[in-house]
Amino acid sequence: MPKIWTIIDKEWAEVFKNRLVLFTVVFMPILFTALPLIMIGIGGAQADLGGDATDIPPQFLEMCGDLTGTACFTLMMVNQFLLLFMMLPLMIPVTIAAYSIVGEKTTRCLEPLLATPITTAELLIGKSLAALIPGVLATWLSFGVFAVIAYMLVQSPELLRRILDPMWITAIVFVGPLLALAGINVTLMVSSRVSDPRVAEQVSMMLVLPLLGVFFAQIVGVLLVNAQVMQLAAVILLAIDAGLVSLGVRVFQRETILTKWK
Amino acid sequence: MIHTENLTKKFGDRTAVEALTLDVREGEVFGFLGPNGAGKTTTVRMLTTLIGPTAGTATVNNYRVGRDDIAIRRCVGILTETPGMYDRLSAEKNLTIFARLYEVADVKGQVEKYLRLLGLWDRRTDLVGNFSKGMKQKLAICRALLHEPAVVFLDEPTAGLDPEAARLVRDFIEEIKAQGRTIFLCTHNLDEADRLCDRIGVMKQRLITVDTPTNLRQRLYGRKVVFHLRVADDALLTRVRALPFIKDAQRVDNKLVVGLDDPETHNPILVRLLVEAGADIQFVGELRHSLEDVYLSLIGTGVSTD
Repeated sequence: MPKIWTIIDKEWAEVFKNRLVLFTVVFMPILFTALPLIMIGIGGAQADLGGDATDIPPQFLEMCGDLTGTACFTLMMVNQFLLLFMMLPLMIPVTIAAYSIVGEKTTRCLEPLLATPITTAELLIGKSLAALIPGVLATWLSFGVFAVIAYMLVQSPELLRRILDPMWITAIVFVGPLLALAGINVTLMVSSRVSDPRVAEQVSMMLVLPLLGVFFAQIVGVLLVNAQVMQLAAVILLAIDAGLVSLGVRVFQRETILTKWK
Repeated sequence: MIHTENLTKKFGDRTAVEALTLDVREGEVFGFLGPNGAGKTTTVRMLTTLIGPTAGTATVNNYRVGRDDIAIRRCVGILTETPGMYDRLSAEKNLTIFARLYEVADVKGQVEKYLRLLGLWDRRTDLVGNFSKGMKQKLAICRALLHEPAVVFLDEPTAGLDPEAARLVRDFIEEIKAQGRTIFLCTHNLDEADRLCDRIGVMKQRLITVDTPTNLRQRLYGRKVVFHLRVADDALLTRVRALPFIKDAQRVDNKLVVGLDDPETHNPILVRLLVEAGADIQFVGELRHSLEDVYLSLIGTGVSTD
């Protein structure tokens, strides 16, 4: 455990001096918090939208139940942006992990690091946690800020209850970090197999694509993200993560990295 | 301290190290010489458990490579080809991280000790990215020694350093040798190897030979003594050649270059003969072939002198 903390300490000391990483960690949460709040603000200001529900997909209207047309429309928009919120714990850690690996490569620090009595598992866990913790904390903090401001902005208790739905709490608290863990493991695995670790970042960021797919599917009304979809996503991700963590330790070959990185 | 038996490493079809059998004694500085691509770094990587051998066995400090890897890493220090320091961290932070990973008990104390020893204490809070190449190399040496390893692997420790920094590093190697540590030194600097190493192994995929620098010279070129005379002529040369213990003798201007097996015994006889023959001897000295001559000869032929 002390070696894992040493790796985390080292990663944070180094990676947070990178301006792009800092930008991702600070700016993205602010943006993703502001967007749904702006939607709530607009929804609240335009009360005359009430009653016109033609732009809302029928299955979503069904989900809205007793909500007014404006409240239902606001809920739909907020739901869409809350999906983006789930990308945060993926985007931040993958950026951190990729840059930490690029750093190891460009400064050729990995060989002396691997020469210490650290196990591959300790090194990978340290690197994963160093990437995961800031992303998850930034997401949780942003969601907390969003919840507080949403509470102050939304007059309808029913709308507030639906915005701060347990489904979204599950999504932010569990699904997001599980998605992040998958992204980090893919980053680490790919980086041990390619000569340019930036490829790893690009490949890992492709994990955002299914999430974007869900985002657009919901906008056009093809898919409705509800508690069942979120629970299913959590179960699938848990299984994927278990497989990726185990595969990651096996695939992260010291020899391949030392002899193939040029 | 280090023992290998038919240690072999292949990368696909390419053999990097072939059947290396080697013994490095405790407390010696062992020079490992060879051209680029000879397998020196691969050997160091196998002995420090960074990569696994394809065949053969190796032990370091009585721990077996492949079985006791973590124990080996605890008792060896390594200076890699490139310093590999974290440029965005300070010198002190860099060493602190490695001291913790090496499970050093007194992290602060050891970091301070080595920063002071290599003259970097006043720059401890500076970012390593602002250091010169020599300073980074010194810091990397500090890192290799933080945990007081019994065996130290140094891969090109003075490569790219200015003469002053190279001298400092060499002096430091002599200091750690005096502490009784075993040093495995890979270098292209033959003068450095000659000065620092107790024994030398010459490698080109396989081990060509191992011996002390003096013995290597003797085995390849024999021992030669140069007599500087006021005037040398062929008559003197003929008288010298007539002696039974002379292996070969040549005249170069006013110098006689004489090959001998045992100069300590035969020099006085030769001096007496030359004086009796009327020669004025100005100087007598041993002709030393450079280690470079020895190395190039060994690498050129690739044939063991054993």
